[in-house]
Amino acid sequence: MAKRITKPVKPSLPGPDDIYRVTLSNGIAVLARSSFDSPSISMGGYLPAGAIFETNEKLGLADFVSSSLMRGTQTRTFDAIYNELESVGASMGFDSGVHNVSFGGRALVEDIPLMLTLLSESLQSPIFPSDEVEKLRAQLLTGLAIRAQDTSDVAAMAFDRMLFNDHPYGRPSDGFVETIQSITRKDMEEFHRLHFGPRGMVIVIVGAIEPEKAVEEVERVLGGWQVPGQVDAPALPPHKPVKKTVRHHHTLPGKSQSDLVIGMIGPGRKDPEYLPASLGNSVLGQFGMMGRIGDVVREKSGLAYYASSGLNAGTGPGSWEVSAGVNPRNLKKAIGLIENELRKFIKSGVTKEELADSQANYIGRLPLSLESNNGVASAMINIERYELGLDYYQRYEGLVRAVTRADVLETARKYIDPDRLVIATAGP
Amino acid sequence: MTNKITQVTLKNGMKVMLKEIHTAPIISSWVWYRVGSKDEPTGKTGISHWTEHMQFKGTKKFPANILDKAISREGGRWNASTSHDSTRYFETMPADKIDLALRLEADRMKNSNYHEKEVASERTVIISEREGHENEPMFRLTEVVQNTAFHVHPYHHEIIGDMADLHTITRDDLYKHYRTYYVPNNAVLAMAGDFETRSMLKRVKELFEGIPKGATPPRLARPEPEQKGEVRLSVEGPGETTFIQVAYRFPNATHPDYFPLQVLDSLLGGVSGLSYKTSRLYRALVDKEYAVDVSGWSEATVDPYLYRITITNHPKRKPEEAIAALDAEIQNIQNDLVSDDEIKRSVKQARAVFAYSSENITNQAFWMGYTEMFSSYEWFTTYLDKLAMVTPQDVQRVARKYFQPKSRVIGTYIPNGTEA
Repeated sequence: MAKRITKPVKPSLPGPDDIYRVTLSNGIAVLARSSFDSPSISMGGYLPAGAIFETNEKLGLADFVSSSLMRGTQTRTFDAIYNELESVGASMGFDSGVHNVSFGGRALVEDIPLMLTLLSESLQSPIFPSDEVEKLRAQLLTGLAIRAQDTSDVAAMAFDRMLFNDHPYGRPSDGFVETIQSITRKDMEEFHRLHFGPRGMVIVIVGAIEPEKAVEEVERVLGGWQVPGQVDAPALPPHKPVKKTVRHHHTLPGKSQSDLVIGMIGPGRKDPEYLPASLGNSVLGQFGMMGRIGDVVREKSGLAYYASSGLNAGTGPGSWEVSAGVNPRNLKKAIGLIENELRKFIKSGVTKEELADSQANYIGRLPLSLESNNGVASAMINIERYELGLDYYQRYEGLVRAVTRADVLETARKYIDPDRLVIATAGP
Repeated sequence: MTNKITQVTLKNGMKVMLKEIHTAPIISSWVWYRVGSKDEPTGKTGISHWTEHMQFKGTKKFPANILDKAISREGGRWNASTSHDSTRYFETMPADKIDLALRLEADRMKNSNYHEKEVASERTVIISEREGHENEPMFRLTEVVQNTAFHVHPYHHEIIGDMADLHTITRDDLYKHYRTYYVPNNAVLAMAGDFETRSMLKRVKELFEGIPKGATPPRLARPEPEQKGEVRLSVEGPGETTFIQVAYRFPNATHPDYFPLQVLDSLLGGVSGLSYKTSRLYRALVDKEYAVDVSGWSEATVDPYLYRITITNHPKRKPEEAIAALDAEIQNIQNDLVSDDEIKRSVKQARAVFAYSSENITNQAFWMGYTEMFSSYEWFTTYLDKLAMVTPQDVQRVARKYFQPKSRVIGTYIPNGTEA
């Protein structure tokens, strides 16, 4: 190694000394942290109004509602809301998942009051104008038609359905054509009335503003929000484990490439196995050029442009998935290679060197993931959502280093069973 | 954000650009080569992109499997990409680990392995990459529009290359391409982050200045002749959704009309990185339900290229209706002067996007090298000022000059249903 020619500045990891956290009287948790390197701010957060409240008949309702929040409020039209935002180069949007509706935005620092006002109005007083709802419905239906032709989306949906069966995690949160067609304005108003409220809401602000000032701004627009009838989310039902390997191929004529997803249940984000599984997954399908999977499927066999594995860990049970895009005639061969790697992985786990490499990668890349306001805001949302503790990123290095080869192997054996896989493919 | 940088040309002709930023212990380093798909003759299309892939196959000193692990082990992020005009490689690393990236880039500027076996395995990887693109209706449409817009100029083909050439390009073709264009006098090193300029420059010289200068790389000089009338085409494929792409001819990035056109682009289609729901085309096409989405896209290029408007047609409308609505909106902007306020708004949007972008050190290093490929860093530092100088008359003039039916290509993707 050549001599060191830099004297690095000290990394600034968010922690209890610089994250300001306040719970407003109505239950909203506000977290703020300053960074004056750029004259901008990032905002993000969530509230528990996700697809878990939906029936099968109205699948996609939470998504439809969250997409409609900025389509008109009691005080502003759709065009007026976006005109205010876009005129100052700010952006804001909503998204939905099984548990939460999430939101995010960016603005120059002088435009924080405007953005928070629009956030507050969108959350508290959307009016779901029927012409806008119908325009949006046509857009959502076109999105579903495009989804139906996307080999990776189709394979991923089939995978979730087989892995989770009737569980809420097995359903697509953007719904189906017939469910989107059946949703009425009244459904949307009622969903909003019952499930949108301050309890369980989290908002994070990062950027060129003093944290106390950021909290004041949130208090000003959202501190008075009260929803006495806000309904609590139902508990997640248990999911039925897969008894033996299941396969499904969805035929999409006219396509030149097939997508595959192979996997199983993985740990949730709060499970103690999360970090060992994550580091193990790094060796399996992430580290360097997509780990062992990338090495075997892409580098050695030249079968795919992309082939990697990922851990999808959230509130409930997660999934552990290997995915790749391959020429249709190589589908079987690629699946065989991946199954082989999974068997090897649970037989002998990871080597000392492989684990050390991934640990070094996790620790070394942390400052990179925290350099932008958006990166810090995501990290703070993780802290709050998964109760990791305000000092999580300061303890992170120690947590990563504490994982042993035995931890990884034990976790891999707990979750991966090559005779009980879910294999979903889509293509010609 | 400061724009102060140090620029030095080494004895072998390699340009070095250094910008100190001490906000985080991170350095981003980019090597840019002036070679892209515009340097590829028929029969060798896609060779620049494939060469980029081969540059990850290692050198004697840094064998392939060691290379990516070494970067990842230090927590670094690295990648590469190929455009019409350039090929770029970057590493963003913890500041005290950047030396590894510099040694690697210096080594692979001249010592990369091009083993026959690796070429064979990468051939199928790239064919697979192209097959993945071909799954997308938008790729199929975009490719044909581009092929049609350029008959003579090598912007004719997609960067990934034509499938025929991906089957026939040889190891020797790739190696020759590498040796011809990967010379220091055809390269720019741009670094931003937490370093001290004097000592970094010294280290860069130690590593790069000994690499011998090469012959000046050849260029294909085949300007596209003027288009003499509108061309309409269609592509068919699976699906239910109709897409339309309208391509107008735009000047290169150093042309005086480029900045008024940037303002016009932001008025029509919005600013990249922001929502665009109050842009003129969104209001005219999506709000009025001719389309479910519309976007505009231009690229800063060395030679004149295209401005593309992409429309996702409304399922209840015919493509001709959306095109008529587009034409009406373009006529509005040609006939009526836009207001000063609209231009001010466009400048404020650009200022915000610049501020967001400056939060990220990788982006800051990117912009230095990127602008050097077609102009200079000054293009970037004066961008907002130049936008602010644009007048309503400028916008009207360029709208009339560049948005003419006779010099456009309109492509339509016609879905043939979900079942074959």
